[in-house]
Amino acid sequence: MPGGNVLLEARGIVKSFGGLVANDRIDLTVHAGEIHALLGENGAGKSTLVKILYGSLQPDAGSVNWQGRPAAVGNPAEARALGIGMVFQHFSLFEGLTVAENIALALPRDAAGRGLAADVRAVSESYGLPLDPAARVASLPVGVRQRIEIVRCLLQRPRLLIMDEPTSVLTPQEAERLFETLRRLADEGCAVLYISHRLEEVRQLCHTATVLRHGRVVGRPDPGTASTADLARLMVGAEVGGVGNREGESRPDGPVRLAVRGLSLEAGTPFGVSLEDISLEVRGGEIVGVAGVAGNGQDELFAALSGETPASDRTAVEIDGRPCGRAGPRTRRRLGAAFIPEERLGHAAVPGMRLSENAVLTRHGTDRDISVGGLLRLGRARRLAERIVSRFDVRAPAGDPEAKALSGGNLQKFVVGRELDRMPGVLAVSQPTWGVDVGAATGIRRELAALARGGAAVLAISQDLDEILEISDRIAVISRGRLSPAVPAAETTREAIGLLMGGAGD
Amino acid sequence: MTGFEAVILTIVTAATPLLIAALGELVTERSGVLNLGVEGMMIVGAVTGFAGAQLTGSPYLGVCASMLGGMALASLFGFLVLRLAANQVASGLALTLLGLGLSGMIGEAFIGQPGLKLERIDIPFLTDLPVVGAILFGQDPLVYMSIALAVSVSWFLFRTRPGLALRAVGNNHDSAHMLGVHVIRTRFLAVLFGGACSGLAGGYLSLAYTPQWVEGMTAGRGWIALALVVFASWMPLRAAIGAYLFGGALILQFHAQAEGIALPSQFLSALPYLATVAALVILSRDRWTARNDSPSCLGQVFVPDR
Repeated sequence: MPGGNVLLEARGIVKSFGGLVANDRIDLTVHAGEIHALLGENGAGKSTLVKILYGSLQPDAGSVNWQGRPAAVGNPAEARALGIGMVFQHFSLFEGLTVAENIALALPRDAAGRGLAADVRAVSESYGLPLDPAARVASLPVGVRQRIEIVRCLLQRPRLLIMDEPTSVLTPQEAERLFETLRRLADEGCAVLYISHRLEEVRQLCHTATVLRHGRVVGRPDPGTASTADLARLMVGAEVGGVGNREGESRPDGPVRLAVRGLSLEAGTPFGVSLEDISLEVRGGEIVGVAGVAGNGQDELFAALSGETPASDRTAVEIDGRPCGRAGPRTRRRLGAAFIPEERLGHAAVPGMRLSENAVLTRHGTDRDISVGGLLRLGRARRLAERIVSRFDVRAPAGDPEAKALSGGNLQKFVVGRELDRMPGVLAVSQPTWGVDVGAATGIRRELAALARGGAAVLAISQDLDEILEISDRIAVISRGRLSPAVPAAETTREAIGLLMGGAGD
Repeated sequence: MTGFEAVILTIVTAATPLLIAALGELVTERSGVLNLGVEGMMIVGAVTGFAGAQLTGSPYLGVCASMLGGMALASLFGFLVLRLAANQVASGLALTLLGLGLSGMIGEAFIGQPGLKLERIDIPFLTDLPVVGAILFGQDPLVYMSIALAVSVSWFLFRTRPGLALRAVGNNHDSAHMLGVHVIRTRFLAVLFGGACSGLAGGYLSLAYTPQWVEGMTAGRGWIALALVVFASWMPLRAAIGAYLFGGALILQFHAQAEGIALPSQFLSALPYLATVAALVILSRDRWTARNDSPSCLGQVFVPDR
């Protein structure tokens, strides 16, 4: 519990990239044995701050004291030697290497010897995180990969554990198990610096909190007593509303606009998931949410809906009653459908192309306005991009920038806006608010709800259960390539969905 | 010496430079750097090795000079692609062109000179054994060194910590950087090792295979070594097997011609590449193996965000 000795004290941390000040005189104090939440919107400076504490970035100004003594953390190896461990959200495991090799790389030379496999087994089992040291990471599901990262940190006997959005890939049950582990670590005197966008989780787990906005500390609320609305207000700096009460608005008796019938697809890669006999109907006016843990067939289902992976049977997918199971994306778009895939960069948008060119990429087949007879009207495409930017409040550099120049949240607003601007009759969207801050996420969810209210059928695939519960009229769960029947949101519970996500429906 | 022995002996000497150059490139590629300049580094190694031997009178100092020549070119490449983050494919091709031109200029004075030859090892009794004697015990020292090198590289990559770090850098440079591995330094050392090996392979040509300097004497062996790395799916011991297969194909064309077999020589010269294509097809059928063995960051530029 809090009240332990001061473990880490950062004073006046400043870091800027080009003209952007990511950290502006940040002070942070972490005590031994506390779980300390670090909150803020995307781009508020959380990642920059923890990278500085972990030594992978160097601050422009400011000092870090570790256990009362000044410490200059020059690189991650020095941070680990001090007792700082970090579990990353991205970029941290080597897929081509085994579990043991991945762990050995992060350990000091003497600890990475022959006894390592046994150590890995012992530590992983004592914390209830079983691992096979000889397995290749490429063959393991996401939840297990995170386990590797945690065990890798635990083997270093850390005094401070930094966790960057650890639960975004876990089922509620897996997340609960992680919380047990973290609480036990805190009881043993280890401090945890915990980054998450899920405020409910922060309230349950954390003892103290620091909130960042635009690179500055804007508050140190007590997460035990503050409400999620209080926390969100601090993060965003303005009132954040919900999507609005969905009950009474849904029209379950609208016509079936998107139908999937007996869709089965063999996995195309060894790490893919085969889809088995998936059936689903989405009616005009409703949002159907597909919950599930990453890697259970979401990508494959989305690709089958969008036409990136055509089905073998024409009638496997029908849009407004017209079979199009074997058609490609453009044909399906012409039938009135729109698709927003999960990855913004590289899938939904081409990083090195301008926004107007990216707008053309999904709309040239349907908008005669911007493409006639194979020729493009670039001026109109630019005006289309400008319309999307202003209508969906995309904050982008002026003058038709390249997609990669936008921050993640703003690019997401753009790729969502690009499709919504068409007023599609059917929308399939995967992870609509992945890595997007609270304010922007609420905006996107509102737009989806408005689209459905206007009579469109919306299928939303998401790993964020809170999001699914917030926006969906009906909810289905995907697990190992099978889809559970969609049930009305009012008739199910978080626990029931969690069990289905864990594979209880098999 | 029987005809069979002669064929095997020539296969061994043809395979050795391929193996040495391929091992160097294999380590370079395992670290995530694609150096297409093998041919250029080889030919520079051939000329500096020959020149070194002529000027000092010692073929062993010539061997050292060939490695230094290859490393000099490799360090230029390393500076371009690692410090300046230049495109690796373009820089590698430029390196080959530079090496071919440079070697012609350096070698002008040495054309037509009789060279010094690395002596074969002659062990009494053993070398005189029938059939296997000359093959197993009568080779020049670099032949034995190349086999030892294959085993050592395999041991280094899969049994030592720096080897693990090197594979990690090639597998995911962002993660490696996060964990505090020096990505650029690791890659630079790997590039230098590749250069030393390519230079040595070139030196083998001008000091042991045909002890003389002829312009363009590498004759595309650098490209075969590059193909060999892919053929071996980045595994050193498979590279050794592949080198002897490819060496065999090279020799077969001479003997086929001598025997008057009506196989077009172009077909035989193309054999190593066809074998590589076939190996790639077989490998990609088993995507699991392909994905896991190839360095995922191969050819990607890394710029640390500090």
